This record gives sequence, structure tokens and C-alpha cells, in this order.
Amino acid sequence: MNLHLNVNGREHDAEDVWPGESLLYVLRERLGHPGSKNACEQGECGSCSVYLDGALVCACLVLAAQAEGRAVVTVEGLNEGGDLHPVQQAYLDAGAVQCGFCTPGLVVSTHSLLSRNAEPSDAEIREALAGNLCRCTGYVKIFDAVRLAAMRAQGGG
Amino acid sequence: MEILSPSSLQEALLAKSETPSAVPMAGGTDLMVELNFDRRRPDAILDLTRVPELNGWERADGVIRLGAGVTYARLVAEIAPELPGLAIAARTVGSPQIRNRGTVGGNLGSASPAGDALPPLLAAGAQVVLASATGSRSMPLTAFITGPKTTSLEPGELITAVSVPVATGPQQFSKIGTRNAMVIAVASFALALHPERQAVTTGIGSAGPRPLMATAAESFLKGVLDEEGLWDTHGPILPAAAIRFGELVADAAQPIDDIRGTIRYRRHALGVLARRTLGWAWGDLRKGSR
Repeated sequence: MNLHLNVNGREHDAEDVWPGESLLYVLRERLGHPGSKNACEQGECGSCSVYLDGALVCACLVLAAQAEGRAVVTVEGLNEGGDLHPVQQAYLDAGAVQCGFCTPGLVVSTHSLLSRNAEPSDAEIREALAGNLCRCTGYVKIFDAVRLAAMRAQGGG
Repeated sequence: MEILSPSSLQEALLAKSETPSAVPMAGGTDLMVELNFDRRRPDAILDLTRVPELNGWERADGVIRLGAGVTYARLVAEIAPELPGLAIAARTVGSPQIRNRGTVGGNLGSASPAGDALPPLLAAGAQVVLASATGSRSMPLTAFITGPKTTSLEPGELITAVSVPVATGPQQFSKIGTRNAMVIAVASFALALHPERQAVTTGIGSAGPRPLMATAAESFLKGVLDEEGLWDTHGPILPAAAIRFGELVADAAQPIDDIRGTIRYRRHALGVLARRTLGWAWGDLRKGSR
């Protein structure tokens, strides 16, 4: 099976895709986008969070064929002209990265949250990131990073 | 494995009649896990995400016809005032990522006893709409789900919609799990009050082979509300009546011991959920919010 999809604004083709492959597998193994991480493969951990036609999804739960002709944005596509996106910079500045495996998914989920809600409460942050697991940090610095990114977007910080 | 990608309902029904073994996929939140873990290798997958007829909803004659492909996220954003019980349940499903993909049609097709949408659909009196290349039919949810992960769906049929009466009174839902998000319910309970016809309806989840209605609890509560004139006065429900309601809900369950909980825990939890949701729903009625 051949696939055609747009990833991070560029058109991509993948050939000889096995029909049961997930979007995550195609992104990582066929299209050279390893930013979205593969951990649980059952939608529990959020490490593979990407945008599919603007909606935040777990790439492991999207059949690659369902992404045919659609637009995908991965963590690699968030940077702005080569500079880190403010959400990425906030994760670095807040020290919200320990082993780093969950970070790409958290960055995409945080990006999605702040695009819908510029000033989220802690409860709203908790709800928005509920599908992203971090086993290192205990989430305190991740929350700091989200608040920092939100504050900077409002012109503070 | 073959992927069938119809772009209309007619094409989808034709594909299902030509390849009855094709497994329908909407959000993929159940089926993709089975593919990823090599638990299932269907001959064909019928991708329903490009079928526009399944992805909308409409309101007519006091009933919402909810397309099988409407996601939980859209349900919450677009139809919460009309279907409050279902919307409360939809907010508890998985995570934002899961709610952006998972659909009510998928919950019905999977027919897991733990499906979050099922108790509120039961309490709301939902009808499941099925179609095949030769016609369509609908049936109450109670008839559609026949056991754990089994339904009345024929091989050539697809779930196209679920018809849910618009709420005419307060509806509530609550579930028990190890955390708020990303949890398969250990037990869940939905309650709908119908002041205009002075009736109470319920749905029990994760505590039986399929979602169950607690009919004895419904009649008991209706009796209390009738006898004390509470439908009119909106006066307080006595604690003893609420406790008895909870006991009757717990009695109606048919739970099993499994990795998520024991029979005893599930019955206890249901009694608590029933009392709690009754308190919330009665509070809503007294506030006149619905």
C-alpha cells in the first residue's frame, strides 16, 4: 500500500506500507520523524501525541491509511524558523525534562492546550495533560513549564 | 490485510455486504490496540472516518440522532445541553487525545461492559440505528447489547447512529476508577430524572455482562417521589430513601471479580454512586437548572 500525507507542511510519500501499520510507525520508521515516541502503543502514555488535521491524537491509535491525504504536525513541526517554539523553550527553562522520553508528547499536548486556552488554571492543565505520562519528574516542573509558556505568551516572563 | 475506505454511507454498506468479515474502524482506540499488539489480524478493515453521513448529528421531534462517528470531543462541545448525562460520561473518557478520536458508535460496537457511554444511553432510552445494503432497522440499547462484547449486529450491518431523546430533566453520571483520567471504569452509574412523566431511569456499567437498568431501584424512587409529592414540591429526599435507592441499585448489578475490582467492592461502589448521583440530580432539579 502506498500513502501520501502532509507532515509538518511538506508532502510525503511512503511505499509498501503494510495496511495495519499505525501512523506512528509510518512517521518514525518510514518518514524519518522520530520525535513522536513509541512506548505503550495503546493510547495510554501520550508519548506519540501529534496533530491530525488540527486535532490532538495519539499517532499509535491512528491507522496510517486513515491519515492518507491528511495533514499531520509532529513535535518536529512546532519550531518557528529553526528556533524552538516558546513551549519547547519553556520546558527547557523550567527544567521540565529529565529522561526526555515523554517530553515531545507533553510539548505537543501543551501546545494544543495553550492554543485553546491562553491562561489555563492548574485544574485545566491537569485535565489537558492527563493523557501524557511522565515517570521521572512528578509533573511539578512540567506544570511550571506550562505556566511559564502561558505567561510568556501573554507578554510576561 | 486490506483497507476499505468508503467515502459515502452507500459505499460503506456495499463494502460491508461484499466483505462481511471487514472490521469497521472509526477512532481506532480499541481496534488499533489489538493490531499493535498482534492480537487480531482481520482480513479487512473498513475505515469509516471518511463517511460524512456518520459524522454529523441532528435534532428532530425532541430526539438527537447522533451519527456513529461523532467523537466524544464534539459531543461535549456541541450537544452537552441536550444530552447532559452522555456529555458528563464523555468528559470522563480517556484523555483529550482519546476523546478526539473515540466515538459513541465505536463504544456501541465494542460493547464492552465498561463502555462509558452505555449507562447514560441506557438511562436516556437510546435506540441504536443499524443499516445494511438492503435496509435499516433500530432497536433499544437493551436489545442491541447481548453480552460482554457481543451485539445483535448482523455481518452485513453497520451501526449508523444512536437516537437519544433530548433530556427533559436532570441527568447525572459517575464512575469509579484508580484515577480520574485514562481509566476503565470499575463501576459506573447513570441516572435520568423525567419530571414531565414523573419517572426515573438508570444505567449500571462495569458491573454485569452488559449495561443494566436498576428497575426495582427506579420504581422505588418513583414511589418515594410520588408519595411525598416531591415532583411538585422539589423538597428534600430523605437520607433513608437515598440509601435504599443505593442498595437497590447495588442489588441490580451482576458483577464479577476481576483485576479491576471484586464483586463486593463493585456493589458497594454502586450504592455510593447511586446515592451521589441522586443527590446531584435532585440538586439540579431544585435549582431549576433543568
